[in-house]
Amino acid sequence: MEGLGRACLVLALLVALYGVGASVYGARARRREWVASGRRAVYAVFALAAVAFGVLEYAFLTSDFSFTVVATHSSTTTPWYYQAAAAWSSQEGSLLLWLLLLSMWSSLVLFITRRRMRDVTPYATACLLVFAGFFAALLVFSASPFAVTATPVAEGTGLQPLLRNPGMLAHPVFLYSGYTLFTIPFAFAVGALIVRRVDAEWIAATRRFALAAWLFLGIGVLLGSRWSYTELGWGGYWAWDPVENASLLPWLTGTAFLHSVMIQERRGMLKVWNASLILGTGILAILGTFLVRSGILDSIHAFGASTLGVPFVVFIGVLILGSAYLVVSRQDALRAEHRLDSLLSREAVFLFNNIVLVALTFVILFLTFFPLIAEALTGTKRAIGPPVFDKFAVPLTLVLVLLSGIGPVIAWRKANAENVRRNFRLPIAAGVVALLALAPFTYEKPLALLMFAAGAFVLGTIGQEFWRGVGARRAMTSESAPVALVSLVGRNRRRYGGYTIHAGMALLFVGVAASSAFQDATDERLSPGQTVSISGYDVTYERPTGELLVRNGRLERLEFGAVLVVRKDGERVGTLRPNRGYYPTNTPNAPIRAAFEGEATSEVALDAGLRQDIWTAVSPELAVLDTEIRNRDSVLVAAAQKAGTNLDPVRFAQLRRVYFEQILKRYTDNPPPATFRLIVSPMVTWIWLGAILTFFGGLIALWPAARGDRAVSRATAGYASRVARELGRA
Amino acid sequence: MDPSRKRKTRLVVALAAAVLLAAALVYTSFNTSSEAVDPGRLMASAVVGRSYELTGKVANDSVSRSGRTMEFRVRDREGAASVPVRYTGAVPDPFREGREVIITVRKEGAVFVGEKDSLVTKCPSKYETAGETPS
Repeated sequence: MEGLGRACLVLALLVALYGVGASVYGARARRREWVASGRRAVYAVFALAAVAFGVLEYAFLTSDFSFTVVATHSSTTTPWYYQAAAAWSSQEGSLLLWLLLLSMWSSLVLFITRRRMRDVTPYATACLLVFAGFFAALLVFSASPFAVTATPVAEGTGLQPLLRNPGMLAHPVFLYSGYTLFTIPFAFAVGALIVRRVDAEWIAATRRFALAAWLFLGIGVLLGSRWSYTELGWGGYWAWDPVENASLLPWLTGTAFLHSVMIQERRGMLKVWNASLILGTGILAILGTFLVRSGILDSIHAFGASTLGVPFVVFIGVLILGSAYLVVSRQDALRAEHRLDSLLSREAVFLFNNIVLVALTFVILFLTFFPLIAEALTGTKRAIGPPVFDKFAVPLTLVLVLLSGIGPVIAWRKANAENVRRNFRLPIAAGVVALLALAPFTYEKPLALLMFAAGAFVLGTIGQEFWRGVGARRAMTSESAPVALVSLVGRNRRRYGGYTIHAGMALLFVGVAASSAFQDATDERLSPGQTVSISGYDVTYERPTGELLVRNGRLERLEFGAVLVVRKDGERVGTLRPNRGYYPTNTPNAPIRAAFEGEATSEVALDAGLRQDIWTAVSPELAVLDTEIRNRDSVLVAAAQKAGTNLDPVRFAQLRRVYFEQILKRYTDNPPPATFRLIVSPMVTWIWLGAILTFFGGLIALWPAARGDRAVSRATAGYASRVARELGRA
Repeated sequence: MDPSRKRKTRLVVALAAAVLLAAALVYTSFNTSSEAVDPGRLMASAVVGRSYELTGKVANDSVSRSGRTMEFRVRDREGAASVPVRYTGAVPDPFREGREVIITVRKEGAVFVGEKDSLVTKCPSKYETAGETPS
């Protein structure tokens, strides 16, 4: 099987190289058959990557430990869904997933645009195949997932316990989809710049892919954030870790791009800016992939030592130089068709929104790389913590939230006093009411208070727009309010999808402001029966728990946990059950002690609600079990020596299982104190609700228009771009 | 105001804002950052009251707990020099002897006291269980 996988990767590399040559030759010689052959090379790379990925998945799901990557990342006691996900937990498997997703999205976009922009697509195809070739080359020469061992082990190491989280099933897939989807508008921008066809058609052709990239990357970031929130020691839902930041950077510039392209489509402005933004976004997506793999910055989320840093640095360098050359050398073609009429206009607000987003990107990029910058400048490596990030990111985000309320309702070209009065009176009133109502309780955290007011303002503008839209539609059609709402959104998906996104982001940032400014946390050592008070709650450690989990007849996990009862004003309001899991090896004569010296993971208990979350993790004190463990290990060693080569593995496994059960019973019968981390964070749920609303809005905007509307829209866009092109030539 | 002058004014204002932001960023980051040091360097040059970001490995047989407080030694990645660290609070799951840690510390007497919630344990990799061979 590994031979098939290897062959697929080598072929994928060769086909990608051929496709680059065929596409460029076809474009330059105007030979359509070569262009078509280049496009088919992308389909072939996808097919080959899919087969290679299928081989790897099969090896994981059948626990084929002759594959080194399977032996070191999976085991028979790993649940099947984590076995499947373990394929991308390895460096090699994750690179293969990158190649698979890249070639899949590339095939999709090239199939959709096969009869459009015939001059741009060959270069875009070549560019996409350069990306595919780079990753295929890494898989062939540096990080093969198909390395095998002549003497397969009987049992694998298992998936890292920290990765046994539902987040592992989806977070990397969404994140990589976002990264790879951003290479599509990147590639089309490169194609458009090469042939100097920089009207809005390349934007129209790839807008949905840019939006999908933004959506997928955003979902990936949020899934990672949620996962991090439920792990002990990962710093909550956001810790400004380099790897977290790396995923946020292309999302921020992608957000800026999705706004500024509207100005190019509508008024032919910001062409240099848009080209630079999407090229920068593509490069940041590769930078994100590089940061996880290079080890140049300290991160709890990065891969271990790797030799992939140099190829990535070279590749990113080539991308930066090539992008800069294309933008500078095409300055004449990128000249704007109109100028900004007024600072009080939607164009100006969008531009300002772009500047703030890019400033935020620059700030995060600078602070992420600050340890390296400081070392280069002063010779001393320096480190900065989350408060520095917050100092800059919070005010910039506040401005962004405000702009997201102004942008949708301010007039194009130039707003007049009547427009401002009509559109902003109610939202401003909502913001002021929120400010005054919340000030007495939150005045000690002025930035959080301002964020609440800004959130109310944005929800006011968006609510007003929906209200007016539904009202106008009902007046025209006499539909009921719900029907009018659905028709309104259905007929203006991009607009109302965008509004929904803005409302979701407002909710999300209100949640971030509340949970970060008013969080209460404590670490307490409690014995059963003891109570601790936090944020008006009394939390009592009621009793310990202990459980041995067995899968496929083999020991999977020992859990030492606790039951905590939460009371408010004497009334029981919730129960929390955190635990800490230990993973024993299944080698017949492995000592009991080994289970407690290996990896362990905390399962956080969470009582979530709209008002606040009560979060807790437990660290049991297992030192009291030392004697028990030592005694049982002595018995096991003596039995193993006595049995010699006649050791009965089944009998030993049964004995170990009994001993583990006895140790758990000893823990629950005579429980030692345990240390609990307790956190009460207000309104964290608003973050997840805001995120869901945001991505629901993204889906609305992404959903294809009805066939008739689409034809009209495409004809209009095509006509507009042709007219623009002719005018540009005139 | 004529349009070209208006554009120039806007450009100057935008550039001034960008320069201000960049200057504030550089100034703040250098002023609020702490020196990243290894145990050998910390032992030789630590100043009482100043905070440092200490990076190294948890020395073998050095971890002891007393209630919520834990004491351990952090040693150089490649060398033998080590410093004692006292830390109070929740410990990340991957923390154990031999693991690489990053912690913000201040010197208090002969001990380096870890700042609350600053202890980060680097897994050998979250993806590769390096140093552990499958059984």
